[in-house]
Order: sequence, then structure tokens, then C-alpha cells
Amino acid sequence: MKITVNVWRQKNAKTKGTIVKYNVDHVSPDMSFLEMLDVLNQQLIARGEEAIAFDHDCREGICGSCGVVINGYAHGGQQATTTCQLHMRSFKDGDEITVEPWRAKAFPVIKDLVVDRGAFDRIIRAGGFISAGTGSAPDANSTPVAKESADLAFDAAQCIGCGACVAACPNASAMLFTAAKVSHLGLLPQGQPERKTRVLNMVAQMDTEGFGGCTNIGECSAACPKEIGLHFIGRLNRDLLGASLTGGSSVD
Amino acid sequence: MAAALTLYRSTIGKKAIMALSGIIWYGFVIVHMIGNFKIFEGAEAFNKYSHFLREVGYPAVPEGTILWVIRIVLLVSLVMHVLMAIQLTRLDVSGRPVAYKKKRTKQASFASMTLRYGGLAILFFVVYHLLHFTTGAAHPDFEYGNPYNNVVIGFTAQPLTAVFYIVAVAALGTHLYHGVWSALQTLGLNNRRSDKLFRGVALLSGVVLFLGFAMVPVSVLLGIVK
Ligand code: HEM
Ligand code: SF4
Ligand code: FES
Repeated sequence: MKITVNVWRQKNAKTKGTIVKYNVDHVSPDMSFLEMLDVLNQQLIARGEEAIAFDHDCREGICGSCGVVINGYAHGGQQATTTCQLHMRSFKDGDEITVEPWRAKAFPVIKDLVVDRGAFDRIIRAGGFISAGTGSAPDANSTPVAKESADLAFDAAQCIGCGACVAACPNASAMLFTAAKVSHLGLLPQGQPERKTRVLNMVAQMDTEGFGGCTNIGECSAACPKEIGLHFIGRLNRDLLGASLTGGSSVD
Repeated sequence: MAAALTLYRSTIGKKAIMALSGIIWYGFVIVHMIGNFKIFEGAEAFNKYSHFLREVGYPAVPEGTILWVIRIVLLVSLVMHVLMAIQLTRLDVSGRPVAYKKKRTKQASFASMTLRYGGLAILFFVVYHLLHFTTGAAHPDFEYGNPYNNVVIGFTAQPLTAVFYIVAVAALGTHLYHGVWSALQTLGLNNRRSDKLFRGVALLSGVVLFLGFAMVPVSVLLGIVK
């Protein structure tokens, strides 16, 4: 296959970037999207040009580092698929593909397609944890968890923190990510002691990072490679309003 | 108090205020639409209804009290709704300072993407509407205390006004198709099981309110109400 890619090139966080057009020959339909970029980078290096910087790690859809916007869709727009799991067979010979970094004030571009997703780490640090006693591991079945809660918590726990929800949202809102993290712990017995302070602190951090607000458009969930449901945002709202109205205290 | 402040400062709290004030207006438009149907029972019934609105509660409270309480609640709700919309829109727009060269949506509805513009259109309509049928300032031949004639003359003397009304209530229906569901989601009342029901309620609300409101100017234009 022959592909034309329009890639966002930007030297560093301070310089202005621009779209640059490249032709890539010898693209196999079995290549992943990132492998296609690898091939392009080899060509660039052979020509003495600087390779395109893009984030990636696991290349198997579980680490969440590889997101880019492809032809206007975060991760390329296929259902439940990260960029590294997107294959060139979903494009046609001669296609022209536009590749851009996530666009959000809270995700500044570091270089080319790489953005700083530290805002997500700071949201996690604000409350995405439980307090567990150290020492020997507790007995496996000492804390019963209802099947339905366990399933729902697991659905939320699948979030890999890739940021596609922010990238796809017309408001660059981080509600789906925050909802997944708050729900994941809030649904489990181990997450109850900090449940109210967790939601208050994580939402406060989310707001200070400069993400937009949620207008319930639903593009986040549609773009999410882990199919985190929009209903988790309803759950986040319920938890936040409840925690606010009780002043964040679990004791009356 | 601290909790109320946190709520007001957070984006979710601001949205909860939007949702609550929106639901108050939602209740009002339903009652208003049903009240409008009195026009099909003739001038006397419609004018009597209008009169009733002014004296409801009398003699327990002075004439016009209930009407003014409702007006104030509606005004405060409207101001809060618009204020929160402005604050949130500014946050939302500033969330993405650099636009994509190419951006597409996967499932977003027209209603959800145009909520702000629909809201603006409705706001403009409400102001015009008050000047048209309540104060009469924008009416060609306003007669205080005779709303039946005001409606008929208002629409027949200026058919374009009737068209504007129909467009405005279409904007209202669209706004509510997303807004009603969104408000329930924002207030944390939605979950996986209720989602289909709430989407259905929102769709039904939008369609019924559009048809119900549009019926009046359409009937006047067709000469069914004269
Ligand atoms: C075709 C549709 C409509 C018709 C024919 C209509 C008709 C009227 C009439 C005749 C009055 C004056 C009642 C009186 O003086 O007793 C009125 C008042 C009012 N209408 Fe409508 N209306 C329509 C749609 C709407 C919509 C969609 C809204 C809101 C979004 C709205 C909001 C109001 C308000 C706020 C008042 C003033 C209530 C007051 O404070 O007295 N109307 N309407
Ligand atoms: S919610 Fe989905 S899209 Fe958002 S960060 Fe998590 S995995 Fe990525
Ligand atoms: S590289 Fe890890 S999810 Fe794509």
C-alpha cells in the first residue's frame, strides 16, 4: 500500500507546529498504525531528517500511551481500539491520513504527537487510591463483594488513562476518566473510607487542571478504547453532589 | 455553607444549578403549553384562564401574588441558567485553545452539539415574547386583558411572527431533547437501567412540546382559531 500522511510536527512545547505531508511506500495491510509510523521514521532517518516523536509502550492496547487523533477520530475511530491496535488494513491504498496530537489545554504538546498527560496523574494523586494496612496480605475472601458491584467496578477499572475521552470531547472534558477512577474505587468495600473525600478532591483537581466541563454529548465514551460507559459520569455526579451536600463527612 | 461554595465552584455544581433551573422552566413550559390549549375553547375560556392566573390565590393572598411569585422564581431560574451557561461555556472553550485541523464526531446528536445556540435562540424568543403578549410593546394592536385577540391579531397581522414562534418552539424542543436527559444525568439520577427511559422521556418531551406549542400559531394561520 501507498499512504500519504499529514503529520503534526512541532519541535517543542514553545514553538509553533504545523502539518507536514509525507508519502509512505511499502505499507503492509498487516502493520499496525504505529508500525506504519516506524516505517516512515526509518525513511526520515535515512534522509537525515528528524523522526516523528510519538508515545507508545505496550503496543498491545493496555498501557494507554499511544493515543493520537487520526482523520478526526481519537485512536482512529474504531470501536474499542487503541492506536497501536489499529491496523493499516482499515485504510485503502492511496489514502491520505491526518495525524494530530490530543488537543487540550490540560494536555500541552511536548513534541510532535507527544502530549504531557501529567494532569491525569495529578487527578489520581488527589484521590485515586485506598488506604490499606501493610503487613501480611488479608485472607482472600475476608471482604465479600457483591457480584454486580465487582463487575461494575471492573468495567470502570479497565480505563487505561489514555486520554482519548478528553481528545474526543468537544469541551476537552476529563469527566469520563475521572468518573471511571472514582467509580472503580467507590464501588468496592475497600474504597468506602475515602469515598467522599476522594470524589471531592479528584473533581477539584480535574477542575484546576483546565479541562472543560461536561455537556453529556457522549463522544468520550464512543471514543474510549475500553468502552467506559457514560453511566459512570452519572455515578460521578451522584457521588459528588452527595459528598458536597454532606460536607464531605461520612459522620453525621 | 462550605459545601455550597464548593458546589458553586465546581463544574459539576454549576451544571447542577443549570439542571435544577432548567427543570423549573421545563415544568413551566409544560403547564404553559396545556394552558395555551384553552384557546381552542374560544375567546371567553382563554381570557378567563388568563384572568384566573392573575387572581389565583385571592382572597388568601392579595391579587397577583401567586403570579408574581412564579414570575420571580422563573426570572431567578432563567438568570442562573444563563449565568452558569456563560461561565461553563467559557471554561469549555478555553479547554481546547488549539483546534484540530480535522475533527469528526462519532455519535453526537445535533441537539447536543447546538445546545448553546438553541439556548440563545430561546432566550431571545422569551424576551420578544414578553414584549409581544405580556407588555404588548412589540404587538401591533395590543389590548390589555384580551389575550385571545392579542394572539389572533398578533399572528394574523404579522404572519412572519407566527413563523418565528414555530421556529422558536422547534429550538425549544431540540434544546429539551438533549437538555432533559442531560439534566437527569447531571443530577446523578441516571444509571444504566434508567438510561433508555430517560432518553425516551427527553425525546417525548421535545416532540410533544414542539407540536403542542406550534399548534397555536399554526391554527391561527390556518384560520382554525380566529
Ligand atoms: C406558540 C407558542 C406560545 C404561545 C402562543 C404563547 C402565548 C402566550 C401568551 C398569550 C401569554 C400571555 C398570557 C397572559 O397575558 O395571560 C404568554 C406568556 C408567557 N409565555 Fe408564552 N406562548 C408560547 C410559547 C412560550 C414558550 C416556548 C415559552 C418559554 C420558553 C414561553 C414563555 C412565556 C412566559 C415567560 C410568559 C409570561 C408569563 C408572565 O409572567 O405573565 N411561552 N405566552
Ligand atoms: S475513560 Fe477511556 S478514553 Fe478516557 S482515559 Fe480511560 S480508557 Fe482512555
Ligand atoms: S501502546 Fe500501549 S495502549 Fe497503545
